[in-house]
Amino acid sequence: MSDVKRYPGARIFTALFFVWLYAPILVVIAYSFNENRLASVWTGFSWRWYDSALQNRALLDAVKISLTVASVATVIATTVALMAALVLVRGRDVRLRRVSETVVNLPLLLPEIVLAVAVLILFSQIGLQNGMAKLIIAHTAFCIPFAFLPIRARLQGMEPDFEEAAQDLYATPWVAFRRVTLPLIAPGVFAGAMLAFVISMDDFITSNMLNSGGSTTLPVYIFGLIKQGTTPELNAISTLIVLGSLVLATTALILTFRTPSRG
Amino acid sequence: MRLRDFRIWGLAPAWGIMALTLILPIGIVVLVSLATRGAYGGFDWGLSFDSYAKILFEEDWDGNLAFTPQYLAIIGRTLWLASLTTLICAALALPAAYTIAQAPGRWKPVLIYLVTLPFWVSMIVRVYAWIIILGNDGVIEKTLRGLGLVTDIDSLLFTDGAMLAGLVYSYIPLMILPVFASIEKLDGSLIEASHDLYGSRWVTARRVILPLTLPGVMAGAVLVFVPCLGAVLEPILLGGGKTMLMGNLIQTQFGGGRNWPFGAAIAVTLMVLVMIFLMLNALRARKGGADV
Repeated sequence: MSDVKRYPGARIFTALFFVWLYAPILVVIAYSFNENRLASVWTGFSWRWYDSALQNRALLDAVKISLTVASVATVIATTVALMAALVLVRGRDVRLRRVSETVVNLPLLLPEIVLAVAVLILFSQIGLQNGMAKLIIAHTAFCIPFAFLPIRARLQGMEPDFEEAAQDLYATPWVAFRRVTLPLIAPGVFAGAMLAFVISMDDFITSNMLNSGGSTTLPVYIFGLIKQGTTPELNAISTLIVLGSLVLATTALILTFRTPSRG
Repeated sequence: MRLRDFRIWGLAPAWGIMALTLILPIGIVVLVSLATRGAYGGFDWGLSFDSYAKILFEEDWDGNLAFTPQYLAIIGRTLWLASLTTLICAALALPAAYTIAQAPGRWKPVLIYLVTLPFWVSMIVRVYAWIIILGNDGVIEKTLRGLGLVTDIDSLLFTDGAMLAGLVYSYIPLMILPVFASIEKLDGSLIEASHDLYGSRWVTARRVILPLTLPGVMAGAVLVFVPCLGAVLEPILLGGGKTMLMGNLIQTQFGGGRNWPFGAAIAVTLMVLVMIFLMLNALRARKGGADV
């Protein structure tokens, strides 16, 4: 008798599903090696567009701005999220626990364009001019829930026994946190930070809304290029970004799973 | 430092940031939607419902208000495309996640990794890929011409279909993961029981598997539907900016200081639509929970 849990055609469907998932990205990569100036006419293999991409000043500036904003936003968002998660998961008789959880996750409950409009109007009302400061403040806010969720999941999956044992042995709360809790939840903290970093690097809607001279992030810069038309250099830049994401995703995965998870 | 105090100041930064960058500013957005358009861009504070009226009515040459369906059409199209995207994502994610869940143990993490990987790739690059595929002289047009099926086709880009393709492609990982999580929890003996009771595979899928994985599908639906309602990149790059969605309608009102109060009014409308959707979903979840 055939296995009743198997469905005919399901495997072929799933294989096609994976082809569909990867084909568009592979097309971009393939076209980036096209020697011709016209992106859609294939004339031969060439590395020249990578050369020109890596010498593109505006591109490198945009990368620098994106990396700076993402790094600062990630550090602040992860710290704030870690503190909130410790209180909300471990804290006893915390008032407003439900409301606080909602507030921390607020950016996930609204379409980003609404948040972008909100910070744009806020910054124009208080007269904040510094483009980098605007980006960092806005990115920190929407990165917090992405840092928060993996940390909370890790804390919830961990019994408080170890921390209680540390406190029984006269460890101060700070020592117990630093020597016991933090090492145990490190993979969750790391996953949260990684997610926050990627979300910030990838952001378009808010960064575009706040865009001003001197604070053009990588996605906003690429958006400008796309509007000018498809070029092989654009394909080369996209391929480099894909490569960067793959390295980041794989590192995150390996580091998250290297420490054997408990519970 | 006292642990007892930590439960107050540990939450303070999160509350502070959210209050100052989200809660207060959203309040300001509501106020701006009630303001009037300033003479030199920007806006003048006030209490006027003109911006909301503008969604439905247009002032004609002698000052009468005439009903105009253009913005309602944009709201309708946004809701329609977001719903369709969510449905297609669910239809693709269910069989794929089910098959992945059945894969041998050591393959499963690899397949899940492969499903999530595209999501780590920059959104703008993934949308851009569809321009190369659907565009003039794009991959699809060239393939069709190479096969001798067509000589020349209308551009596939800048259509509702192109937006739909981009939206589904952008958000499918957000559907697959929760669906996979609930399929993993599925008790295989229930499927066997259904079969023993002469339920065909199709009946089992519809009457046993689908209802049991519905919580995962609904969780995925929230994750896909909400960002779809506010999509900006897909309508601009794949829809060509001709056919608007609410996301790029809001965006254009704030670009170049066009009409901030009207943009704010559309943003508030979008926010209300999302809140209605989330409340209906929470109500449904509570009712569903009581049944089990």
